[in-house]
Amino acid sequence: MAAHLSYGRVNLNILREAARKELREFLDKCSGSKAIVWDEYLTGPFGLIAQYSLLKEHEVEKMFTLKSGRLPSADVKNIIFFVRPRLELMDIIAENVFSEDKLHSSREFHILFVPRRSMLCEQRLKEQGVLGSFINIDEYILDLIPYDGDLLSMEYESAFRECYLENDQTSLYHTAKGLMTLQALYGTIPQIYGKGECARHVANMMLRMKREFAGSQNQILPVFDTLLLLDRNVDLLTPLATQLTYEGLIDEIYGINNGYVKLPPEKFAQKKQGEASKDLPTEPKKLQLNSAEELYAEIRDKNFNAVGAALSKKAKIISAAFEERHNAKTVGEIKQFVSQLPHMQAARSSLANHTSIAELIKDITSTNLYLSLVSASEAFFDNLTVEQEFMTGVDTDKVNTYIEDCIAQKDPLIKILRLVCMQSVCNNGLKQKVFDYYKREILQTYGYEHILTLNNLEKGGLLKPQTSSRNNYPTIRKTLKLWMEDANEQNPNDISYVYSGYAPLSIRLTQVLARPGWRSIEEVLKMLPGPHFEERQQLPAGLHKKRQQGENRTTLVFFLGGVTYAEIAALRFLSQMEDSGMEYIIATTKLINGTTWIKSLMDRPECQTP
Amino acid sequence: MLTSLLLLKPDEEDYWNSSKFKAFTFDDEDDEFSRLKESKQAVNSIRRLVEEDDDEDDVEKVSWSGEPVGSISWSVRETAASNQRTDREPAFPKINADTPTVSRSHSGYSLSSLFKGETGDQFSDSLSDSSVRLYAPELRKPKSEYKDYVSDWSPEETVHRMQQGKAVSLEKFRSLQDKLLLLDFSISAHDGNVITAVTLFTITFTVLFRELESRQTALRHFIHYLTETRDQRLLLELLRALGRTEDIALLQYKEHLSIADENKRRDFLKSCLSLPFSPEDSAHVQDHYTLLERQIIIEATDRQAERGGKVEIFQKFPRRASILNMPLITTLYYCCFYHYTESEGTYSSPLNVRQTFRISEKQFFVTALAARAKLKAWVDVDALFTSRNWLGFTRKKSPLGFHRVVDILQKNSAPTQVLQEYVGLVDDAELRISLAQKHKCHDIIINTYRDLKDRQQLLGYRGKVERGSVEERKINELLDNPQIRWKN
Repeated sequence: MAAHLSYGRVNLNILREAARKELREFLDKCSGSKAIVWDEYLTGPFGLIAQYSLLKEHEVEKMFTLKSGRLPSADVKNIIFFVRPRLELMDIIAENVFSEDKLHSSREFHILFVPRRSMLCEQRLKEQGVLGSFINIDEYILDLIPYDGDLLSMEYESAFRECYLENDQTSLYHTAKGLMTLQALYGTIPQIYGKGECARHVANMMLRMKREFAGSQNQILPVFDTLLLLDRNVDLLTPLATQLTYEGLIDEIYGINNGYVKLPPEKFAQKKQGEASKDLPTEPKKLQLNSAEELYAEIRDKNFNAVGAALSKKAKIISAAFEERHNAKTVGEIKQFVSQLPHMQAARSSLANHTSIAELIKDITSTNLYLSLVSASEAFFDNLTVEQEFMTGVDTDKVNTYIEDCIAQKDPLIKILRLVCMQSVCNNGLKQKVFDYYKREILQTYGYEHILTLNNLEKGGLLKPQTSSRNNYPTIRKTLKLWMEDANEQNPNDISYVYSGYAPLSIRLTQVLARPGWRSIEEVLKMLPGPHFEERQQLPAGLHKKRQQGENRTTLVFFLGGVTYAEIAALRFLSQMEDSGMEYIIATTKLINGTTWIKSLMDRPECQTP
Repeated sequence: MLTSLLLLKPDEEDYWNSSKFKAFTFDDEDDEFSRLKESKQAVNSIRRLVEEDDDEDDVEKVSWSGEPVGSISWSVRETAASNQRTDREPAFPKINADTPTVSRSHSGYSLSSLFKGETGDQFSDSLSDSSVRLYAPELRKPKSEYKDYVSDWSPEETVHRMQQGKAVSLEKFRSLQDKLLLLDFSISAHDGNVITAVTLFTITFTVLFRELESRQTALRHFIHYLTETRDQRLLLELLRALGRTEDIALLQYKEHLSIADENKRRDFLKSCLSLPFSPEDSAHVQDHYTLLERQIIIEATDRQAERGGKVEIFQKFPRRASILNMPLITTLYYCCFYHYTESEGTYSSPLNVRQTFRISEKQFFVTALAARAKLKAWVDVDALFTSRNWLGFTRKKSPLGFHRVVDILQKNSAPTQVLQEYVGLVDDAELRISLAQKHKCHDIIINTYRDLKDRQQLLGYRGKVERGSVEERKINELLDNPQIRWKN
């Protein structure tokens, strides 16, 4: 089921198994038949840990979504609420419990808080007069969820907002806890590097937690050599840029949620010959995307412009394999062919799916302005042009005509905010006049209530008026080589291929740390927010790795506040570079893109479009 | 986790330490108690102790006259809750003997009592010790956990135990200094859950403002907590005391989103005008108020006009939605659509709207263009571009690129003759041709190729037009024209 988790450098399936064990134990604690009432948000993350079959084995007979009013009827002994610790959810639970009580007094209620119990929530339940109705109140610590063979996510959407807007560092505590669990399973990580306030906090907590374990040394041979903690606000620019890898574009355009994407169904319709396609599917096509699918693992990190070639190459291989049947003469040969058939069929349907997705994306991104006049692609191209101008430092101190036009034609607000924030970040704050102008145009067009959102973006540092006349972005860009003129999209030789020219700042920092080391970029590090630091954790004698000649080192890079698919692709690219000598495992609070990120910073994002 | 804030008294420690039963509290409300069923029988023997443990009564006895606590809504709820409790007969015979009097600090009224004496799964915790939920069996317990049942914890240990959802006693932190020490440890633990709890539990309201100011993290958590519990009044009071005026203004302003009635919303926005916004935001909020005020007037008038059935435009294009709470530019569009010709004196006149809200020329132009194009009022569209120079000639001028004009017109399904006129005004030849091709404006394409003296392109284009059409004839004439010096 989750074999792809164990193929990587680090077997992340161990972590998944531990989480499953934990879940089974809780379910068995509530003996007898049960129904689970889900906080809908949690179903996605749980899907990465367990399927329904596991729940069923432990007598879960029904599943409901948490809604106010009366619970649906179900002939079960236990009702278990799986919820995040949120006050508004407690009110709904209270309502459920009240309306249920009168009907079935024999049912038993339980709550499983994910990822932590909360005093405030239990207090709320008490105020509502239902706290005593619960037999079990428990917590399920779902800190780091294995997402893929080299990727862990906390699926903690509000982490950035909490850390930088509300200054609530609870997510950092969970991060430190998650890292402790990871070290318990994979050994103490001897070296810790970090950049940013949050990184510093997490490292401090880890070191303190380790002191509390003192006396009982971890005897596991360390799997990770280095941990790098990076604050998202050290690099605010990267998530704002449009990702140009295959996986990144799927996420930008359709949104990947907990490893799944929903796509418009038209291109996936199975057209049978001679049959009029009158009943086209109307339900979106849902696909799971991870390295368990061989073809996807091969193409997801490529620049989109290289995907077409890869797909056609694959198509030839598959056709050739199917042609083999003509050569199968003997019974043995036929048998062999038949035995490979399922694998080939799977490869073919995988190819069909990704060809369809690539077509969908192509319709939107096709970059030839004069030949293809589909207006979606014009918009995509224009948007990209402006982004690249900003990233190379062109006219970032003036009102941009394209942004102005986009506002005039009421393009989605998030698109506008992404561009304006990017201009602000690339100019180290906008000139007051420019800032005021954008602000007024946005409020007039999208509604004055967005004052709140604009203030949030200002607090988060994404959109601000210039405070000093010195713009240090050009220095940062030049020193870290953030812009590469001749990015090779087909056969990349540098990470800048993931944004067709822009090399993500966060990944440059990672790359420089591995070689030649951060000492070479002290100046730039000082310009970026927050402290940078290095810590060492003592290993017991005998656990020091004896490295084989040419053996790669392993670094865990933890992005506090989110990471994009393009950044992940860039790290995978570095892992695969022959002379890099380093393999990267990636962890994050949440997989983000510019849109989901900005949305998480908005007040009332649901009323964003007029 | 709050359930685990079990209060242990010194003389009971021996019991807790020696007993095979670990810490346990139960709920003292009858119905809840009955629910705990057979599994609870195992611990019945310690009920009385627990009952004693519940020193709720002490709370009642505390005189809190010394400190003003009035403004904290928590205390109101708290009092109500404790009254209720003491009014009732205890569910079990209560043994009062030897209960040491916990001398409460009279320096202030602690919020901690709010969280005492409740159930939850202190019970299940105690049996399975499941409060320490760990992923993997390999994990070892930190040494501090071996001291689980000793109540004399340092502030650091207390915070640590709270993080694990374990029983702690916050009562022993009596002096302000101790409490602040505890608070500071919780802050350095970065666990918002614990910080909020410690803040609520240990600090009295009066010292809260003063002490929290120097502890920004705890303060933010407390503010966040008040936001979540929607304790608006206390929150505003707190922010005011801290001088965070802009935050107050924004927070107050945000409230308008939850007011559905437009008149109430308008009045509320009016009351926001005096809030201490930054100067820029202040102007925006003023505009917001003015806009809604105006929308209410326009809406009332237009609804009546529509019902009256005498105004033609409302009959021809019935309004699809109310204009209330729409953004400014949408309102301008509406006014350009229904009230285009009104004199500048009316609230609904587009010119008046433009003036009042200082709408930029470009925005006004785009909006008016779209609205008039939607109505297919091509004369109005034409007039928008027309400016006379001093010789009296008219020429077309636009604050917007003509390719964008074409785009807007085309979206409003303008006929080819209209489009053609504007496509022809696009400056960039290449862009002009691509637009002309898109909109099938043959004349423009042919003329542009002629002007570019591009014979090859013209030849190529001949293949694309219909045989025997006017266009083909025109191309042939041009190709045969000896006056033109073709570049290829």
